[in-house]
Amino acid sequence: MDIVINISSGLCLFTGSFLCISGGIGILRFPDFYTRMHAVGVTDTLGAGMILIGLMMHSTDFLVLAKLVIILLLTLLISPTTSHVLAKAALHNGLVPELTPDALDQTSLDLKKKGKTSSNP
Amino acid sequence: MNNIVLLTLLVVVAIAIIRMKDLFAVAMLSGIYGLLSASFFVVMDAVDVAFTEAAVGAGISTLLLLVVISMTGRSENSTRHKPLLALLIVAITGGLLIYGTLDMPYFGAADAPIHSHVAPRYINDSMQEIGIPNIVTSVLASYRAFDTFGEVVVIFTAGIGVLALLSVVRRPEDSDNIASINDSMHEQHLVIRIVTKMLIPFILLFALYVQFHGDYGPGGGFQAGVIFASAIILYVMLFGLNTARKVINQTFIQLIAATGVLLYGCVGIASLLNGGNFFDYNVLANDPIAGQHFGILLIEWGVGCTVASVMIIIFFSFAARREVQQKNENQHDKNQELL
Amino acid sequence: MLVATTLAIFIAMILAIIRGVAGPTLYDRILAVNMFSTKTVLLISLLGFVMGRPEFLDIAIVYALINFISVIAVLRYSDTNQFKHTPANKLSTEKEP
Repeated sequence: MDIVINISSGLCLFTGSFLCISGGIGILRFPDFYTRMHAVGVTDTLGAGMILIGLMMHSTDFLVLAKLVIILLLTLLISPTTSHVLAKAALHNGLVPELTPDALDQTSLDLKKKGKTSSNP
Repeated sequence: MNNIVLLTLLVVVAIAIIRMKDLFAVAMLSGIYGLLSASFFVVMDAVDVAFTEAAVGAGISTLLLLVVISMTGRSENSTRHKPLLALLIVAITGGLLIYGTLDMPYFGAADAPIHSHVAPRYINDSMQEIGIPNIVTSVLASYRAFDTFGEVVVIFTAGIGVLALLSVVRRPEDSDNIASINDSMHEQHLVIRIVTKMLIPFILLFALYVQFHGDYGPGGGFQAGVIFASAIILYVMLFGLNTARKVINQTFIQLIAATGVLLYGCVGIASLLNGGNFFDYNVLANDPIAGQHFGILLIEWGVGCTVASVMIIIFFSFAARREVQQKNENQHDKNQELL
Repeated sequence: MLVATTLAIFIAMILAIIRGVAGPTLYDRILAVNMFSTKTVLLISLLGFVMGRPEFLDIAIVYALINFISVIAVLRYSDTNQFKHTPANKLSTEKEP
């Protein structure tokens, strides 16, 4: 029973740390803000979830387990929301994503249609 | 090993803060600085300090800085002269200070005076005399209650100072203007408003948990007050100052701030009236240990009330000023367009 | 295994700080701060388990909430004219006329 817990917890921790490091490499190597946000938003949530599940298997006390569950629920709720909030703020304030020229024209047209030029408060 | 890595990161972030001219980025980086310091305290096994640093240094300070930067300019003015004389004086003073510390015992040496007289007394006798597991709380609230009283009065004075300097007299015709801004904000921020409505009760409950759990784990009045205030600040940021004023009356908050300090002082005076020294909790109940528990509970409650209300007052004042400035800018823009 | 995971989180934090110091636009820096905060939550939880002190989990909860509130503050106070991102003059102090 101990071996099973150790191996599965080790597996979860390894997956979590691999995801976190790949998120870190992504934030350095990706070319544009929106692609970097994609890297961070996805790997942050899943990596944190894996690491917390791995820690839960190590816990001995019920209170510790409850607090880890609370942290997991908070992370699952907060992380996607902050990604959404950041991307929305960046788009509203005029940061345009790097796209191919045809897609860029379409995006500018869409933005102008919704009236999000710089004179709109 | 951890210490060296964390200290190097602290130095790197500090140099980046000094060199950058974009004040918004500086606010973000000072948030990172606060988080790094808190991690440093955790590595050194000082849990209460890390808690307070996380809540205050990385939370409330960043919020207040952001409000202020949105009112003033975004980029720092470049200096026109090179302050060489000031640099020389600072370097000489720093050198003298470092020279003065060479006489002190090594960091963490076991035979330093603070580790041989005061600390062992607290560590050995705290459990018998006061009876709560968290020694930091027992030192803060019982052995050194007078110092903590001074801190609470300082926080209260800061709140009074901000109110005296920055409070804005509000006229009734402002409400319609601001209500329309609030409605247009509603659709933009729909997702975040719903998520915040789910989170705010949890944050308030967590603040209460930290307040009363301060005897057994890290926590206490200061941290709980800051967490409570940050929940209210979150509400203000997303739902507008007007709605928040309807939920929480400013007069009531000012009353709570004063009541916290009064409660703290009254515990001391009650000890005097019962025959002990000022802030001697042993005389507050029949059993000294029960008296200590009762006294610590009351003063932590006082500290929590005052800290939470003063933080809320400061943020309300800043946000009200910002609204007045926004209104004046909108008027100015409209006049420009009419011209 | 726990120590190895702690080191991995450390490396991710350093990578986030590099992006935070060197990010060309403001939003890169905000993203770096957000990632740094999430990694700090994990680091504190792991350190709590490594050092055998489960009280650190309270600090981790506080960090998660502080991270959330800071990012919301950034959104809320970047709605003014001063923060419109224009590619030509990123650091202008004047408001747009």
